[in-house]
Amino acid sequence: MLRPSSSIPRRGRGPLWRDPAVRALATQVILLIALVAVIGLLIHNTLVNLEARGINTGFGFLDGRAGFPISQTLIQYTSDSTYGRTFAVGLLNTLLVSVLGIVAATLIGFLVGIARLSPNWLLARLAACYVELFRNIPLLLQILFWYFAVLRSLPSPRQSISMFDAFFFNVRGMVMPAPETQPAFVAVWVALLVAIVATVGLVIYGRRRQAATGRALPVGWIGTMLIIGLPIVAYFVTGRPLNWSVPELGGFNFRGGMHVLPELLALWLALSIYTAAFIAEIVRSGIQSVPGGQTEAARSLSLPGGLTLRRIVLPQAMRVIIPQITSQYLNLTKNSSLATAIGYPDLVAVFAGTTLNQTGQAIEIIAMTMAVYLIISLVISLLMNIYNARVALRER
Amino acid sequence: MSSDMIAARPAPDQRHGIVGWLRANLFSGPINSIVTVVVLALLVRLLWPVLDWALIDADWVGSTRQACTGDGACWVFISVRLNQIVYGFYPEAMRWRVDIVFALFALLAIPRLPFKRIVGVFALIGFPVIAWVLLLGGVFGLTPVPTRQWGGLMLTLTIAAVGIVGSLPIGVLLALGRRSKMPLVKGASVVFIEFWRGVPLITVLFMASVMLPLFAPAGTEFDKLLRALIGIMLFWSAYMAEVVRSGLQAIPTGQGEAGAALGLSYWQRMGLIILPQALKLVIPGIVNTFIALFKDTSLVLIIGLFDLLAVIQSGLTDSAWLGFAIEGYVFAALVYWVFCFSMSRYSQYIERRLHTGH
Repeated sequence: MLRPSSSIPRRGRGPLWRDPAVRALATQVILLIALVAVIGLLIHNTLVNLEARGINTGFGFLDGRAGFPISQTLIQYTSDSTYGRTFAVGLLNTLLVSVLGIVAATLIGFLVGIARLSPNWLLARLAACYVELFRNIPLLLQILFWYFAVLRSLPSPRQSISMFDAFFFNVRGMVMPAPETQPAFVAVWVALLVAIVATVGLVIYGRRRQAATGRALPVGWIGTMLIIGLPIVAYFVTGRPLNWSVPELGGFNFRGGMHVLPELLALWLALSIYTAAFIAEIVRSGIQSVPGGQTEAARSLSLPGGLTLRRIVLPQAMRVIIPQITSQYLNLTKNSSLATAIGYPDLVAVFAGTTLNQTGQAIEIIAMTMAVYLIISLVISLLMNIYNARVALRER
Repeated sequence: MSSDMIAARPAPDQRHGIVGWLRANLFSGPINSIVTVVVLALLVRLLWPVLDWALIDADWVGSTRQACTGDGACWVFISVRLNQIVYGFYPEAMRWRVDIVFALFALLAIPRLPFKRIVGVFALIGFPVIAWVLLLGGVFGLTPVPTRQWGGLMLTLTIAAVGIVGSLPIGVLLALGRRSKMPLVKGASVVFIEFWRGVPLITVLFMASVMLPLFAPAGTEFDKLLRALIGIMLFWSAYMAEVVRSGLQAIPTGQGEAGAALGLSYWQRMGLIILPQALKLVIPGIVNTFIALFKDTSLVLIIGLFDLLAVIQSGLTDSAWLGFAIEGYVFAALVYWVFCFSMSRYSQYIERRLHTGH
């Protein structure tokens, strides 16, 4: 009683099943056996079922002739192309709508998020209403709304709604001027590349100079002028090698210009408006997470307002904002798979939909589709972890 | 001594009352005033036609398409198919069973019910069993109603409830597994969680509908709804696990060590000390996941189940009622919005009530 230590069993004493190490080992062995048993059972069942249904496994079907057309193809594709080509077309369409959506959602999201913090009561309320309205309505419903209720009820091509006589909206989507480049246009791309490289060099030089002398270069201004100015100069020097193909109404449809599918427009609108509501909340909480003392300290050092925002508040807010915003970008990419509900030819619609129905290769196709999204997710979260490690607070 | 009257001074500037509030919040400077005017003008231009369409010019009563005469919305489109929107194709004579389940559900959702422990156990065990028996039938002389006749709001709520009740415990187990020191337990949890979080729900539903039948022993019939429910539960349990894990990480190690020093076993430490604190911390995250799950129940439309959105979507193609897409979607949006918004408000209320800090 007086020597409590004698009542505590030492390691290696007492019954075996009370030893933590033994218990951990036993738990893991049981888990391993259970996992192997379940997976083995599933594989066995699948093989039996596949044999019963006479389905061949393997990826040989990818070389087969697809035999169906796709309404939007970024690369060469006909119905004579292979299923492998279908996969590529679908993947590119998914990436296209994701990138468009990410750009628009970021713009709207930042605007609404900053508006929520506005000292103007009305504007702040309006932004709050936007967030509460759009994030509480299912995305699928929003996609269907834009597609069936708005875009499908637009007039026929002959009665198109026109904007600036260049953009035309009708039931078949949007028609807009398309750039047609001549070979000499390469010079403009080269000029842009040179300008970007020069700006990066300038930034590095500017930082060194500031570290050495304390004087800052107006890097922002010079860089902007370079990136905008050089391509323009190149454009005029090479004799304006760019024509615009302006759409014209001929017969029952438009000739020339670029045609944008209504499915793409609906998906793009819904994805950006929905995701922007989440991004707005992230931006707001990010900016609010910077303590007020930071701004006050900057002011007492007599930093001007713009510089305070750019050098003090934003870098600290971004530390909170970026990881969350990245996961929203991932969500947007995954949500773009809802395209299948309105028939936009994304990866899920043309590959996990049409191709699966035609070939019946369920396991291979679902696995490939999931693998694509998994790889995108894993790559982005890997990049995110690297970024996080770089911007994390260095605590001593 | 002065004999003159003191000159009148200007009135103190108005900082209180309506004028003061307007001045501080809407017209505090030239830019602010311009913003106010522009936003007001925009609101009037946009909001008025919407109100006009939805309420003033709208048609409310009637039973046929002929009732839609005004320029505004025709809510008759909704009212004539309200039964279908709520019950789907559930046989009319048996709808009282759905009503009882709805009533019990509403009763349990009331905050601060007395007899907390009994109510809690009933909500977690009794209610699902009763709901299952009542909705499916087949026992106690109740006529069986196959799940392909389920639909509408009732199906949406069923999927959401099963998803919520199923994903939370699996999520907690996964979160504990991910924090485990046993490499195999941890590895299995990590792989499971990252797999489901990396793929879109729609591919999970596709997988559930085309691959689950392949996984099952030959000859077994898998109910379509059950397949979707399994997919939804597995998918959301991974998200739930990450939310719970963030709560577990926020609990100081000392809490668990103190429990161990008192001789509590692992499950006692988790159940009595760590989890109650961790779950309380992440209530907002859990409810956000619930809201996301509720919204995503609409995806079952794509694999051919007749949830709320699907019933409305199919109503739009009714040849007698063409051209009421906006009414249909606005009504569906309103229903979803009310549920999601009240869930988020309810979570804020719970959060305030459980707040035990200073």
